[in-house]
Formats: sequence, C-alpha cells, structure tokens
Amino acid sequence: MNFHLTEERQMLQDTLRRYLRDQYGTERRNRILESDAGYDPDIWTGLAELGVIGALFTEDQGGFGGAGFDIAVVFEELGRAGVVEPMLDCGLLAGRALAAAGRSDMVEALIGGELHLAFAHYEPGARYDPEHVQTVCSDGRLTGRKAVVMHVAAAAHLVVSARDGDEIGLYLVARDAEGLDIRDYPLLAGGRAGEVVLEGVTCAPMGVGASVLADLIAMATVAQCAEALGAMETATALTRDYLMTRKQFGRPIGAFQALQHRMSDLLIELEQARSAVINAAGHLGGPDQDMTLSASKNLIGRVGRLVAEEAIQMHGGIAMTQEYELAHIAKRIVMADHRFGDEDYHLERFIALSAA
Amino acid sequence: MDLSYTPEEDAFRAEVQAFMAEELPADIAEKVRLGRDLTKANMDLWHAKLNARGWLAQNWPKEFGGAEWNAVQRHIFDEESNAANAPRIVPFGLSMLGPVLQKFGNKAQQDYWLPRILDGSDWWCQGYSEPGAGSDLASLKTKAVRDGDHYIVNGQKTWTTLGQHANMIFCLVRTDPDVKQQEGISFLLIDMDTPGVEVRPIILLDGCHEVNEVWFTDVRVPVENLVGEENKGWTYAKYLLTHERTGLGGVGSSRAGLETVKRLARAEVQNGNPLIQNPHFAARLAKVEIDLRAMATTNLRIVSQAAAGDAPGLEASMLKVKGSIIRQEINDLARRAVGPYAMPFASEALEGANDPVPDPLDAGPVAAQYFNNRKLSIFGGSNEIQRGIIAKTVLGGGR
Repeated sequence: MNFHLTEERQMLQDTLRRYLRDQYGTERRNRILESDAGYDPDIWTGLAELGVIGALFTEDQGGFGGAGFDIAVVFEELGRAGVVEPMLDCGLLAGRALAAAGRSDMVEALIGGELHLAFAHYEPGARYDPEHVQTVCSDGRLTGRKAVVMHVAAAAHLVVSARDGDEIGLYLVARDAEGLDIRDYPLLAGGRAGEVVLEGVTCAPMGVGASVLADLIAMATVAQCAEALGAMETATALTRDYLMTRKQFGRPIGAFQALQHRMSDLLIELEQARSAVINAAGHLGGPDQDMTLSASKNLIGRVGRLVAEEAIQMHGGIAMTQEYELAHIAKRIVMADHRFGDEDYHLERFIALSAA
Repeated sequence: MDLSYTPEEDAFRAEVQAFMAEELPADIAEKVRLGRDLTKANMDLWHAKLNARGWLAQNWPKEFGGAEWNAVQRHIFDEESNAANAPRIVPFGLSMLGPVLQKFGNKAQQDYWLPRILDGSDWWCQGYSEPGAGSDLASLKTKAVRDGDHYIVNGQKTWTTLGQHANMIFCLVRTDPDVKQQEGISFLLIDMDTPGVEVRPIILLDGCHEVNEVWFTDVRVPVENLVGEENKGWTYAKYLLTHERTGLGGVGSSRAGLETVKRLARAEVQNGNPLIQNPHFAARLAKVEIDLRAMATTNLRIVSQAAAGDAPGLEASMLKVKGSIIRQEINDLARRAVGPYAMPFASEALEGANDPVPDPLDAGPVAAQYFNNRKLSIFGGSNEIQRGIIAKTVLGGGR
C-alpha cells in the first residue's frame, strides 16, 4: 500500500496547480465564460506547453503518463480551478481514440496543442447509454445525429461513433465536410457544445470499435470524477473561509454549531469522494474496473449534489451571483452528474454488475 | 374533520378557472410553463387584467379597493393560478407595502399611493437587505439624516428583486445610530428617479437578471415620505415580513413543477422505456409527491387557522422550510429527467431553429431553474433563521 503520488505526478500536480492559480483566476475565467469561443486558446497552448495534454498519453503513444492516476491528477487540478477548456473531450477522448488507432501524427499535433478535435458519441434519446448508437456508416458515409458535442465548433475534426452493420466503429470526419451541420450553443456551466447532424458525410474509418470506445468512456469517467472532486475541494475551501469571515449577529457564522456540524459533514463526504476517485483511478483497466467506476460515479453524484447545495446554502445570497467563484464551481459539480452516466444510471449499473 | 371544500368554495374555484381560461394570454402561460423570463409588459398586462376584475389586491380590505379574500380563497386562487401557468403577482406593492401603508401610513399616503399600486402607476421594489445585513437585517447601515423638509439618504441596498423595472423603492434606513439596532430604523418611500439613486444589475448564477444593487448618494427624500413614526420602522418591517412569509409553502408552484417533471419523464426514454417507469426515478418522484400531499394539507391547516383569524407563527416557519425543500427536490428531479440536455444554456437562443424533428433542447431551462431556486432556502429569512425561530419558540432562550 502506498497512497503517495509518484515524484513525476507530484511535480505535474504542483506545476499545474501553480499555473492555474496564477493564470486562471475568477476574473479571467469569467471573461472566458462570456467569450464567443467559450475557451481561451492561450490557456490551451499554456497547458500543452506544461505537458498537461501529454500526461494523458502513455510513452508508447508519445506522452509520459496515460494511467488512471495521471488522468486523475490532471483533472482534479482542472476541476479545482473550474477550467472549461476541452481537455476531457479533445485531449482525452478524441486524443486517446487517435492513439488507439495508431494516428501518431495527429496525436503529436494534439499533444502540442495545435490540433483540436471533438468527440461525437452520445445521441439524442440515448441519455447515458453508451451502446445506443443509431448513426450509421454506409459506403464510407455517415448519417445520424449526435447530442451535446463539446466544443465542436472549435474542432478541426470530429471522432464519430457509428454502426456499420452490427459493429460499432469510430470514424474521423473533417468539421467542414459536406453534409455536416452543427447547431452551436453555450453551456450552463461554461464552454460550448453543439448538436451535430450528419447526412451522408464522407469519413475515414479509424479501425477501432466497441472495445476501444468502452475503454475511452472508462477513462473519461475517471476524469469526470476527478474533475468533480477538484471542484468540490474548492467549494469546501471557499465555504470554510466564508464561515470564518462572514459575520452575522455579531460573530462569524462559523461560530454557530448548526453550521459547524454541516461543515464537518461536507469534510467527511469529501474524503469519501477522494477515496472514490482513488478507487476509480486505481482500477482503471483492471478486472474490477466496471463495478468500481459505477460505484465511484454514483458516489460522486451524491456527494457532489450535497457539497454544491450546502456550499451555496451556507454562503447565502453571495453564492447565487455569477461573479462569485462558487457559482461557477457549483455548476461544474452538479453538471458533472450529467456526463457519462448520472447517479441513478450508475446505481443501476452497479446493481446489474453485482448480480452478474 | 372534513377535507372537502364548501359549495361556496367550489363555486369560487370554478369562477377562478373560468377567469384563467378567458383572460390568461396563451403566450404568457407558455412562457411560465417553460420557465422563461417574463417581460415587464407581460407582468403589467396580467396585473391590469386582475385589477379590472377586482382580484389584484386579494388581501386588501374593500375600503382600499381590495378583494378582501380570506385565506382559503387566496389559497384556491394560488392553486388555480399555478395550474393555469399564470404569472405570479409581483408582491412588492401589493402584498408588502400595501398592508404596511394601510396599517401605519397616514391618510394622505393611503389616498395617494394605494390607487397607484392598483392601476400600475408605480412599480415598487423592496430596499431591505444590505451587503452586510442579510439574515441579520437589523444591522443595516444605510442612513438617513434629517435636513429641513428632507432626509438625506446614503448607503447601499442589495438583492433588490426586479428593481430594474421599479420607479419606487420602500427602504429601511438608520435614522438614529446611537440606540439599540432595532430602535433606530425608519421606513422611507423613495422615488428612484431622484438624483443620487443608481441601480446596478446582479447577474445570478443561472445567467438571469432578477436582482439588483441600489446605491444612494446624498439622495433627498421629502419628509412626507416617512411612513409612521421616525425610528419605528423595525415594527413595520416585522409586520411586512409576516406578510412575506405567508404562502411560502409554495404548494401551487410545487404542483406545477411536479407536472413538468412528469411531462419530461414521460417523453424521456431510458433502456427502451419511458423514464417515468424507471424504478429509481419513479421512486424519487413518488417520494416527493408523497411529501407534497402531506405538506399541502399542512398548508391548508394553516390556511384555515388564518381564515379563522389566527396569525400563523411558528407554522409559517415550518411551512417555509419544508416547502422550499420540496420545491428544490422537484427542481432536482427535472434536471435529472432531461439527462445530458441539462447542460445547454438558454435554449431560448435556439428558438425558431426550423427543425421538423422534436427539439431535444426544448426541455426548458430546467437546470437553470434548479440553480435559481436555491434562493428559496436563502431569501425571506433563510432556512437556518426559520429553524432558529422554531427552536427558540420550542426550547426557549439560547441559540
């Protein structure tokens, strides 16, 4: 047993935390939220230069990490700062899809921050079911619809899942390809996404299918759990500071026992969340992966709601304002439950896997 | 014990239903149903229709042009109004200031201001909370200093709901800094067009502009705009707050919210079946509906007490806490129901996209409402304050 990060991961964590503390304060982040692009190209380049994208890939793939704990370290820090740049969809999902397909030229450009991709998998009506794919590939052309595709307008290419006969495969599509229509919109918790309609769009098969897709979603689930954990740490820290400084009735509100006990409960649940992320990262790619991921995502969903709501409540009105840090952080935490399966989805999956 | 309404009450309900069917414009009802923002013109129109029928000032005595409904009638109206997706009545002039002027204002103030509330000449907002004085309202710092026939007002108010539409604000101001906090407060009516008044928007976490900061710099307010006696404002404020607290169970709003959740959950498909049949989702939905049924009866018990003339005390606090928890749980279910489509922001930006396929984004801004309604347990005396009131009443003394 060893619960310490390796030296390399510790350095990555320290460097990334420092960079985001310096470069990604509330004011700048809120400007990014209101920008038309929905992300900041300078931040993206900065993250690439720090090696943050490279940390999501194995050495064989041209990176220097790629394991569950590398992913967890990166996304916990991104979550702590409420980063909206598309590290999860572009860096991890599309990037690791390219790596699995052996497209090392594109991986290199992506790690260098020069290439943007979107990952278009979930479909309208699918909710969180990863196997609900009705987009079809026929004669090298894709037809179908994809839902809430993150930062799709900024991408040069899309990785699209589709069925050819019974087989699910991944396909590469140029964003400006004929027959590809994008309805782009902002997201409540920052960043942009779009509805994608494909009507006979020319595509290149990537030569990978359902098992790679399942691996990608497993990695993304670890990343999403870690991101939510980082955001919860910020929410809890802000709440602690507020309880110690905000005065009502002549004393800091943290002096009221009713709030002290609720703060304690948040800290207890935060440790549960931290362990759930460690479980998820540690079992990624192992025999107990699926049950562990569902257990973790369910717990993060439950604790996330508690932390977001209690942090807002204990702050009072100030936390309801857009310009205060917690507003964005709380939205990130709750919206984490709306990707890769919510609390109930993973509860059912855990039950099904337990019974199997 | 008899849970049924009287024939007179049933007839009244039918009358309200008929009014809603005839008078409520369909476009406004649709906005309310989908949780979209109403314009000032929308709200003014609805007030005018209610006023024409004599139903705008429901709790005012007839001598002031009110409907003088009892608590049961108001409750029935609230239920039918929510069921029809009617806009809520903007409460600041009608439910808050009106009763204060009727009880503590002088004849000239009553004659001048009350008709203007009814006919929409004035849009009032509430100047209570300050940046350092939220739940601890009595610590407010905005000061008013007498100068001949005027008060000079300096300070800042915050969380001023719909202040961007208002031309008048009723304020609590400190007129004596040297006495116990509660004893140096006065109740002033301030014209927002007076030089030195500045309104700045506060954008809430769901992106909407609902509340404001109001700044006062050397604002001259005529002394005839003082309500009641100088330094007695706290008494009037407390009177007003008891009016604000009734109806905070929000039964009608919760029922309408529950209908929204059911509509969404019937349309959503999970594993080949409607989400509403999913055992976990169905269990969540059933539990909150069970809570709501009980709370509706608690609400009616308090309503009938109030109709008999008993002022609700601790029960109002209980209702506010439970009502907000239930409403927020329903908001939580709505965001769960739409799955990944909880993530897009401001789907009205996409309205008019000419798409023959049913628009998955047309779920309404349910996640934005989930975040917006976190306010229910914060404003009007936070749930912590309400629990404190309950505990103090039952346990006495120490906090």
